[in-house]
Amino acid sequence: MSDGIGARVARKEDKRFITGKGKYTDDIRMENQAYAAFVRSPHAHARVTGIDASAAEAMDGVIAVLNGQELTGDGIGNIICGWAVTSKDGSPMNMGAWSALATEKVRYVGDAVAVVIAETQALARLAAEAVDVAYEELTGVAFADAALAAGAPQIHDNAPGNLIYDWEIGDQAATDAAIAGAAHVTELQVTNNRLSPNPMEPRSAVATFDESEDHYTLYTTSQNPHVARLVLSAFYQVAPEHKLRVIAPDVGGGFGCKIYIYPEEITCLWASMKTGRSVKWTSDRTEAFMTDAHGRDHISTAKMGFDASGKIVGFGVDTIANFGAYMSLFSSAVPTYLYATLLSGQYNIANIHCNVRGVYTNTVPVDAYRGAGRPEACYLIERMLETAAREMGMDPADLRRKNFIDSFPHETPVIMTYDAGDFAGNMDKAQAAADVAGFAARKAEAAGRGKLRGLGYSAYIEACGIAPSAAVGSLGAGVGLWESAEVRVNPVGTIEVLTGSHSHGQGHETTFAQIVADRFDLPIENIQIVHGDTDKVQFGMGTYGSRSGAVGMSAIVKAMDKVEAKVKKIAAHVLEAAEDDIVIEGGEVKVAGTDKAMGWHEVGLSAYTAHNLPDGMEPGLKEGAFYDPVNFTFPAGCYIAEVEVDPETGVTEIVQFTAADDFGNIINPMIVEGQVHGGVAQGIGQAMLEQVVYDHTGQLITGSYMDYAMPRADDVPSYTIEHNTTVCPNNPLGIKGCGEAGAIGAPPAVINAITDAIGTNDLQMPATSQAVWTAIQAAKTPMAAE
Amino acid sequence: MYATKYHKPGSVADAVAALGSAEDAKVLAGGQTLLPTMKQHLAAPSDLIDIRAIDGMSAISVSGDSVTIGAGTTHMDVAGSAAVQEAIPGLACLAAGIGDPHVRAMGTIGGSVANNDPAADYPAAVLGLGATVITNAREIAADDFFNGMFETALNEGEIITELQFPKAQSSGYSKFDNPASRYAIVGVFVAQTGGAVRVAVTGAGADGVHRHAGMEAALTADLSPAALDAVAVSADGLLSDVHASADYRAHLVKVMAKRAVAAMS
Repeated sequence: MSDGIGARVARKEDKRFITGKGKYTDDIRMENQAYAAFVRSPHAHARVTGIDASAAEAMDGVIAVLNGQELTGDGIGNIICGWAVTSKDGSPMNMGAWSALATEKVRYVGDAVAVVIAETQALARLAAEAVDVAYEELTGVAFADAALAAGAPQIHDNAPGNLIYDWEIGDQAATDAAIAGAAHVTELQVTNNRLSPNPMEPRSAVATFDESEDHYTLYTTSQNPHVARLVLSAFYQVAPEHKLRVIAPDVGGGFGCKIYIYPEEITCLWASMKTGRSVKWTSDRTEAFMTDAHGRDHISTAKMGFDASGKIVGFGVDTIANFGAYMSLFSSAVPTYLYATLLSGQYNIANIHCNVRGVYTNTVPVDAYRGAGRPEACYLIERMLETAAREMGMDPADLRRKNFIDSFPHETPVIMTYDAGDFAGNMDKAQAAADVAGFAARKAEAAGRGKLRGLGYSAYIEACGIAPSAAVGSLGAGVGLWESAEVRVNPVGTIEVLTGSHSHGQGHETTFAQIVADRFDLPIENIQIVHGDTDKVQFGMGTYGSRSGAVGMSAIVKAMDKVEAKVKKIAAHVLEAAEDDIVIEGGEVKVAGTDKAMGWHEVGLSAYTAHNLPDGMEPGLKEGAFYDPVNFTFPAGCYIAEVEVDPETGVTEIVQFTAADDFGNIINPMIVEGQVHGGVAQGIGQAMLEQVVYDHTGQLITGSYMDYAMPRADDVPSYTIEHNTTVCPNNPLGIKGCGEAGAIGAPPAVINAITDAIGTNDLQMPATSQAVWTAIQAAKTPMAAE
Repeated sequence: MYATKYHKPGSVADAVAALGSAEDAKVLAGGQTLLPTMKQHLAAPSDLIDIRAIDGMSAISVSGDSVTIGAGTTHMDVAGSAAVQEAIPGLACLAAGIGDPHVRAMGTIGGSVANNDPAADYPAAVLGLGATVITNAREIAADDFFNGMFETALNEGEIITELQFPKAQSSGYSKFDNPASRYAIVGVFVAQTGGAVRVAVTGAGADGVHRHAGMEAALTADLSPAALDAVAVSADGLLSDVHASADYRAHLVKVMAKRAVAAMS
């Protein structure tokens, strides 16, 4: 089958995207549509003492100006975090109240206070400027360590000292003892920089209340429309689920920030009911910088102990995680179960302990962003390994090899059970492709040109395919993390697959169709993937955490198993053969070893005409399945970055980047390579360019692309990509996932390469030219060299 | 964007008249700064006077010892002009490195000079070459034109019509890009005209583009990168922001000056 598993099929969805025919939320035009514009706080922390909307309300074309008192008065519930994380003393996390429109206090620049509904978008924005909000300014705090300090401004009354939780994992006493007895201890403090997700399509919502049906429809930019409907219904009390349809049409990138349900969607739904109009809101880029959930923002202090041979004996970590002003939907899980559980990396470490304090600050909420917790873990471990190797005078690759886990399954001290992998094999492939043996010569040649050349490794592992429902439930998750699918064979033999996964750039319409084409040996044109609409797909948990392959496609496989069984029963009955002798190939359903066959489409027709079915068989050919994974999947790989630094300016060029990944089985290598390219580009962005800057009081400095540096084509190299496949034993396709690997693995490889080039470990992300130049200067001074 | 009234005059006189009769009019040249600013509601001119269609506004002409460029000439046209490349290669090189292709296709030399953004490229060439700014009313020497960040000698209602550059014996420009905006964190233009060397620095100064007397003296004596080794560049009066501290900028001023000298042709 030319379009089946393993084929580089061109993306089916690209025709509409590259010809400008994609249908995004902002392309939706409802009859009777009005526009929303939000009145936002210019202050990081203030009491709202009054809202005077009279000037706005008097403007011709303004339909309504609505505020938080009215919203809560109508029973709209507070926005919640859906994962309960418990502090080490047993107390629950301190979740502060978050109303979609602030009532008494604003807690970050951009916090919405009121909304204007008007006939045009321009008018709505003008009127929003005319709303006069009186504030009593309070001192704000933007940095997590400062927010924990004595005397810091108190952001939520129910979170004393701004502490959300103080959580731990692992055995502290054993870890401390192991480190105390170590032959060598490496210590490092690293920050993981704060990032703005920046999907190409900004967030948008179009809400319509149909009074005659008492029914709501919401078009929105969501990675998980069913989860959106669930929380809008169960927690925010907008409408019961059967009275609310959520559609996420074409979505132009998410990277995590479109998982969550934001104040704007809730407000548009409610405002649509209040005004009797369809209400549309589309974020502009300035609003996106102010209000899209940010990623990362950790401060970690770590100690790693080694025995005399270089074996790791213990790893102790203390992390402070900045949550921003409110707890976003998955925020609590990111610096705990998605981060600390990966601190064993690819290494056999007997003792690990990690303490995490989650902290409120006067900044936009922080939640999962491509990688979500795993990049933070990988960055910390891989900088520790590289630094330790330098301190101990060992080759950094050899130190890693000495500590690699080499038998599976392997249970780590931080509750993960790695199921399969070949870490040494990944490194072999990466080293060969990167010509590590030739590095010394390249370094010497670069020195002749006045450039400092460096090489850095990253041996990353991540937990994907989230997640076994019972396991995450025991850890506090409010939902199960299975996936569902339905396979409908039409009477003419074409197939529709309804999936709860959501594609917002990943290419599901192609990849998912490939596994169906492969199974039933049909042309890929005959298969349509349907997703993103709660009225079409019964349920789904959506797309994040590299789960659509390992979990979403596994559900499709389960449904296809049922379809295949029924097809064989029908064919066996019609062809008067045994079910076990029936094979499906070449568009036919045949009796093996004979010339007896019926067309695939004839089976479909037979199922629906129901003229000649086996006794007792229901008509039709449609099967659904729910798939709940039995474990996470563990993509892993070895990345090698090679850089050249201009010591005069600090300008750093990545001259070579090699990725050797183990994603398990691969359905479409071209799409997988694209995921690696994009992920590595985001990782390079984090390592060298991107940084959300707030001043210490919470004023946003990087509010546009004039100041927030995104990686561009000339900032990234051409990549060398290798695959080293070990099959995932725990799902039917043997796949692990690939969506986040690049963003997880790239940052430490880049920073390790730069620090190798400049000869000092004292460097934080983003390694801008200034940061690299400053590190070089600091290393030259006698104090730093001491 | 707030509502605004658009004018497209056919002559400088009409443009000046339109500018004078409106309540709060702005000249629209290439719009690469003005229009984004208006879209963000940070500017709200009552009227926009689009001068791009005025006859001769985008002409480039070369006489014996000077090159004259119409204020409405786009960066792309300056960069691509064989006459400019031949007469003042450093100027063509500078224009080719402004912004991105979209900006270069729309942005104009007159707009950039009139706006005097402290991180813009053109002010460095105008000051470094000792050009003359020609308006509807008068001629202004570059040394008298730039009056600090976003401030110029232009009077209310005065429109730049041409920039006249002396043909330098040699010139060069070196720029250190802001990684986000691609404006200059530091840009240094060096020109040798007659016996003297002028050095103009953009991107770095808290008061915008400025000349550097120490480097000019050193290069007038010895026009080589090494001549700058002994010159001190102070961080006093330089910008400090999230992208570059004053100290880093001071360091870059010297490095970029050396590279500009090395690139002179």
